[in-house]
Amino acid sequence: MIEVISGGARTTVQDLGRSGYAHLGVPASGAADRAAFTLANRLVGNPEGAAALETTLTGPVLRFGRAATIALTGARVEAVLDGRPIAMDGPVAVRAGAVLTIPAATRGLRTYVAVRGGLAAATVFGSRSSDQLTGIGPAPLAPGDRLVIGDDALGDPVVDVAPVASIAAEPVLRVRLGPRDDWFAPDAVTALLSQAFRVQSQVDRIGVRLGGPVLRWREERELRSEGMVTGALQVPPSGDPILLLADHPTTGGYPVIAVVIEQDLPVAAQLVPGIPVRIRRA
Amino acid sequence: MTRRHVVLRPAGDRAVLVELAGNRSARRLARAAADELAGLEEIVPGHETVLLRWETGRRPPPDLRERIARLLAGADGDADVADAVVFTVRYDGPDLARVAEHCGVSAEELVRRHQAAEYVVGFLGFAPGFAYLLGGDPQLQPPRLETPRTRVPAGAVALAGEYSAVYPAESPGGWNLIGTTDRLPGAVDSNAAFLKSGVRVRFRELPR
Repeated sequence: MIEVISGGARTTVQDLGRSGYAHLGVPASGAADRAAFTLANRLVGNPEGAAALETTLTGPVLRFGRAATIALTGARVEAVLDGRPIAMDGPVAVRAGAVLTIPAATRGLRTYVAVRGGLAAATVFGSRSSDQLTGIGPAPLAPGDRLVIGDDALGDPVVDVAPVASIAAEPVLRVRLGPRDDWFAPDAVTALLSQAFRVQSQVDRIGVRLGGPVLRWREERELRSEGMVTGALQVPPSGDPILLLADHPTTGGYPVIAVVIEQDLPVAAQLVPGIPVRIRRA
Repeated sequence: MTRRHVVLRPAGDRAVLVELAGNRSARRLARAAADELAGLEEIVPGHETVLLRWETGRRPPPDLRERIARLLAGADGDADVADAVVFTVRYDGPDLARVAEHCGVSAEELVRRHQAAEYVVGFLGFAPGFAYLLGGDPQLQPPRLETPRTRVPAGAVALAGEYSAVYPAESPGGWNLIGTTDRLPGAVDSNAAFLKSGVRVRFRELPR
């Protein structure tokens, strides 16, 4: 049992999501930075898809009712356990009664906290993920909440620390053009792939608003609603692209000029308001 | 656009947006795709498209376009369609009078014509269980609201452009509200969502 003393800015339970229901309007959801999430689980000896916590900028304060093993990955934080700083990217033993404090991230946006055994929250459409768009899944952590530790562990942790590439201060997102790059004038595509953008303040699990060169549609016409994918750069009439993340709506009526490649979705998930970002062809 | 219209548009590493002639083709492809194409993780019909996404590590087959064309040629229409789902409606929506005037009919005529049509679920999107219904009277196609409402109640019956819909849960919304139904097309609490692409729908005025 883990008691939530403080929930942090927005801390949610996530796993690998509930894909396969987009045709019903249900977003896939799941950990926004899959690479960091699965690493955290592997480090504590969990199956990769065990439920864990995902923070947003400022993390929670948690009291562990019993001894546990945890690992922190993703956005860099100087977490403190019982008054002592702990390292990221490796398993950490937690004694019964210990208090873990996760302050504001110093690099990146989302930190993952995996607990050996996983978190035993209720499943909806087969997943414990918390969907910010629809409200499906557990609510974000609030003071007084009690999280149940599951018994999902596989083997013992065998790695002391994983070497992890650092989160770039000026990230680059590699994309494949389409499906609707022909909706835009050629100079819009050129601008997309050559100029810099800046992450705006509107960042959540649904998407990231980017500001920079305005990407004008060729003509004013309506696009009939069509399926969307995570990583899509969707461009409304204003010309400022929205980068879709895990909780994006399953369909949309704005053209998608390009889609971030799978390998760079973790980079997209760590974008913080105010930083520059460049888009380049994969 | 001919019925053979099949255009493949890449959507990232492991997805393809298939552009088709219209919604009937989209429904046909969506129905048949799971059986005919291995390794699919999502099949998302849109109005005239189907987004196909493969599982991690899988890629679209190189002959995808040919396979889709064959699939469309062979598929039956909306096969094994059960009886139409019927929504009983109180036609008391705040936009009813304005929409009737915009469409050049009386409110009573709008209500009569809305019920006269047999609708088909073209696709779902926007929210869980939100079905875009096609087949409505072509004269009853008001544009969306300039300023969406911040709150539309669950069960609201709405029109926008060529679609009708029932809001499955409270949400913001920019559609014209013409009535209310008590039957909610939920998709959250069970896997047995009763509105899926291809399902027929009718509206019946609640007896006064």
